[in-house]
Amino acid sequence: MGRIILYIQSYLSSDQTPGAAGNMFWVLVYIMLVFGGLSVAVIAMNWLERKILAHMQVRLGPMRVGPHGLLQPIADALKLLLKEDIMPAEADGVIFWVAPFVVVLAAFTVFVVVPFGPTHAITDMNIGILFMLGVSSLSVLGIVMAGWASNSHYPLIGALRSSAQMVSYEVAMGLAVVSVVLMTSLNATGTGTLSMIGIVQAQQSQGVWFIFKFFPLGLIGFFIFAVAMVAETNRAPFDLAEAESELTAGFHTEYSGFRWSLFFLAEYSAMIAVSSIAVTLWLGGWLRPFPNALSGSTWDFMFSFFPAAAFLFLAAITFFNVVRMPKHPLFRIQTIGLAGFGVVLGLIGLVLLVPAVRMRVQDIFWFSAKVAAFMYLYIWYRGTFPRYRFDQLMRMGWKVLLPMGLGVLILTAGVALLQQNLWHP
Amino acid sequence: MADQNTLTHLDLETPEKPFLDANELVINMGPQHPATHGVLRVILRLDGEKVLGLECVIGYLHRGVEKIGENRTYTMFNPYVDRMDYVAAVSNGLGYCETVEKLLNVEAPPRAQYVRVILTELNRIASHQLWLGTHALDIGAITPLFYTFRDREEILKIYEKYCGARLTTHAFRIGGLQYETYNGFEADVENFLNFFRPKIDEYEELLTTNRIWVERTKNVGKISAEDCIALGVTGPVLRASGVKWDIRKALPYANYKNFDFEIPTGQHGDTYDRYLVRMAEMRQSVRIIEQAIDAIPEGPIMAKVPKVMKPPAGEVYHSIEAPKGELGYFIVSDGSTQPYRLRVRPPSFVNLQALDLMCRGQLVADVIAVIGTLDIVLGEVDR
Repeated sequence: MGRIILYIQSYLSSDQTPGAAGNMFWVLVYIMLVFGGLSVAVIAMNWLERKILAHMQVRLGPMRVGPHGLLQPIADALKLLLKEDIMPAEADGVIFWVAPFVVVLAAFTVFVVVPFGPTHAITDMNIGILFMLGVSSLSVLGIVMAGWASNSHYPLIGALRSSAQMVSYEVAMGLAVVSVVLMTSLNATGTGTLSMIGIVQAQQSQGVWFIFKFFPLGLIGFFIFAVAMVAETNRAPFDLAEAESELTAGFHTEYSGFRWSLFFLAEYSAMIAVSSIAVTLWLGGWLRPFPNALSGSTWDFMFSFFPAAAFLFLAAITFFNVVRMPKHPLFRIQTIGLAGFGVVLGLIGLVLLVPAVRMRVQDIFWFSAKVAAFMYLYIWYRGTFPRYRFDQLMRMGWKVLLPMGLGVLILTAGVALLQQNLWHP
Repeated sequence: MADQNTLTHLDLETPEKPFLDANELVINMGPQHPATHGVLRVILRLDGEKVLGLECVIGYLHRGVEKIGENRTYTMFNPYVDRMDYVAAVSNGLGYCETVEKLLNVEAPPRAQYVRVILTELNRIASHQLWLGTHALDIGAITPLFYTFRDREEILKIYEKYCGARLTTHAFRIGGLQYETYNGFEADVENFLNFFRPKIDEYEELLTTNRIWVERTKNVGKISAEDCIALGVTGPVLRASGVKWDIRKALPYANYKNFDFEIPTGQHGDTYDRYLVRMAEMRQSVRIIEQAIDAIPEGPIMAKVPKVMKPPAGEVYHSIEAPKGELGYFIVSDGSTQPYRLRVRPPSFVNLQALDLMCRGQLVADVIAVIGTLDIVLGEVDR
């Protein structure tokens, strides 16, 4: 017993990720935390997408289940779980059954190497970014399986489109990533890193987010990745694989109930996954904004209040809306519910004010905030853009993004070489 | 069986060009499909994503409107025409009422004519708004739909105030109008025009210069003026191909000759030009309503028509420019209270013929765009 406690405690003094420290207990705890947090994020994203999209489209969105529809995602999840699980008679049973799990597995496994902070990752692999790209592209396998096993035309076309799309955008995406890996090698030893944590630390030591490195090369690389990642996750305006008006629902037309919800879960976690790649590679991962211009312990102290301030601000908005709720007795429960939600947000904000907590969650907060900005962009795209056609999508992938990616890679390599050899001989 | 005919026509047994070992794919789009605007069924023959040919199967909304017309008196049939093109019910009513008036040799009084023009042009705007929203939705832009429906609501409110109904209005009577306009009708219409003018710019801002929208619509579903005329295609589709043919100018009816407006035309006959033509038509409609609201005279709203209508034996064809094209009514009277034969020439039905021609060689996604740009209403196609 004592040894077990000792084993658990031994990690607390280390400054590594639990995976790197080899402490299985904390690895399990982190896995629970990450996947629990991910599920909550997907639920929140569901609600946010419907609300934000609704407000962009001059409507209200969910309003009935819970105050301002806050419980709508939960009601939907329940509904999906209780629905009849239909498998078409002509479907290939085993593959039809496995496909959603492949997609979900690929989308979730990626999070093993996502660094929420210098020590806040399940593990740190020396090939982290390769692992992420590799595993996340496995999800196309599940999509093709789903499309094939459904034994139906629309899913088949959806799967075809999806595989072609993912394969072609992965190339441009990879080139953009390589340009970042090159940037990490600009140090005394001249060796770069593929580790996710290493990439953020390289940005820290070089004192610049890679989006601003070798301006505008970093920015172009980031732009290529930002476009490719939308295509990679099959979201608007590249949602050809599930184009509602053309293919009804694309590769998951024949899926229903729980299996369908797995596809949904996978789509949103894949969105979060690629956004976290972008944040890690270009936007400084967990680093707070302006670490150079506003450096020093005073600024560190000021910035450490941001997480608490964000939650308290949300709580304030909630209470503002509690006051604005209709006064009719029918709305009493809703008003109380909203007030309760505000209290929870406020309490979280207060907990984040405690110095011990404050210093530890900062990096997680900045990372999540940056990822959240990308999630908002996803919703914004969906509200604004029409859908690309298949050939136009391919043309853009191969004829625009790929040459741009190659150019950025070569230029980055050239500039890096010059800097290494001429300015620091 | 209609199905068997269809399939043999497509010649499934011997594909023309085998691609590797794969046979061509035949997929069935509709009648339940989000983008076929109701219950149109399209059988697509595909090579990968390329359309080799397609066939429309219609009749899922057939209600025998023309046959019903032979068994109702002229007055009783009037509400039925609203149910054909239900998004442009007022236009349908205008066409029918004018045809019967022509048969009876009566003319609606000036005030009625002006109110008719105002309501019909409002209806043209409403119909184009619905087209724009659904067309954009089909191409993947989901937001314009909500904008256009928000603004269409204002037109429907005017209808509701005028005659109590929003969609199938039955706004006109043979010989004029049943209802005098309500107090504040002119003000309501003017308010709507002031409200609506910037809204057209808003729609255009979302789409006209949107790169993806332009790429999705330019050179998609091209049709030449000759083909349009050969197939009998009318309305904005014909005008986008460069033919300046608008029945309001060519064969003036109601009192359209009193108004000053232009006929917008395109040059390329592609989906983008049709989009531009319809946007311009909305602006022209605003112009017509402006003039009508200023010039609306006082006076009676109903001509002298007999209670029991027994038009003299004979036949008459009258057509109007409905939002979707030429809407014609052909009525044969045998001197009784009911038509001997009533035939409707619906624009949607005739325009739908061009679908195959416009889609050949294009991609699946373009079929959706073309169905949207033809602006069909299945209630009118099937009748």
